[in-house]
Amino acid sequence: MRVGVVTFPGSLDDSSALRAIRVAGGIPVPLFHASDDLKEVQAVVLPGGFSYGDYLRCGAISRFAPIMSSIIIAAEHGFPVLGICNGFQILCESHLLPGALTRNQGLHFVCTDQPLIVENNSTPWTSGYTKGDRLVIPIKNGEGSFQASTETLAELESEGRIVLRYTESNPNGSKNDIAGITNARGNVVGVMPHPEQAIESLTGPSEDGLTFFTSILHSMVGR
Amino acid sequence: MATIVVEVMLKPEILDPQGQAVAAALPRLGFTFAKEVRQGKRFEISVDGTPTAEQLADIERAAQTLLSNPVIESFRVKVEG
Repeated sequence: MRVGVVTFPGSLDDSSALRAIRVAGGIPVPLFHASDDLKEVQAVVLPGGFSYGDYLRCGAISRFAPIMSSIIIAAEHGFPVLGICNGFQILCESHLLPGALTRNQGLHFVCTDQPLIVENNSTPWTSGYTKGDRLVIPIKNGEGSFQASTETLAELESEGRIVLRYTESNPNGSKNDIAGITNARGNVVGVMPHPEQAIESLTGPSEDGLTFFTSILHSMVGR
Repeated sequence: MATIVVEVMLKPEILDPQGQAVAAALPRLGFTFAKEVRQGKRFEISVDGTPTAEQLADIERAAQTLLSNPVIESFRVKVEG
């Protein structure tokens, strides 16, 4: 099972995401922003970082990278895409996910081990979790405050499209404590926390994030 | 040469923590009149001669797709000089 990870200029967590795919048992495939070649991967991860230096708005310039034209078309046909942190911002800028991520309330860059609740385990990226699972996964962002119109929030809530919610505390002022969402079809998921940084107890606060990567492998095998 | 200016502002319902921080700093300098501060962005796009209607329409599209994010921001286009 080949899972791609896109490197944009300024990506930081691409190597961690590739590693997480390998640890989960998949074949990690590096993809490059300047090419539109998806190299026959069966799913793709947009990693965290500061693509294009976060110039203009986070993810705004990456959204027009050649690789994104291929990913947007594929995603509209059900291809699984996971956006982590900056990847989530890119998915919102691409309009593959609704809403936007804005400057954290309080203006601080927040770097902490964050308690989360799994709200939706029907996506290919979260199928290994149980609804209501409590996770601890690092967050590290300056612009992670999820904002959307009242109508969009109501739609996300009523359709069960909130994937992860912050619990105990809301680190950045996100509406409805939203830490991750999915599109209507369920194949595109964006999360602000970094599951690729919580796959081994040696280097992370938990192994809670690994299930994102084992989930996608199991989901694709089952197809 | 003329300059096409695009001003981008967060929509009123979107929280603007940067504007709030500026608003909180003003009274420390003795400027106590500000009820609220909103912070935005200004783009200056230089063109040869007077901008054509076609160029202005293009700028409008560029502002909608790249310079602003319509989910959270609104924009205004004007021509200067």
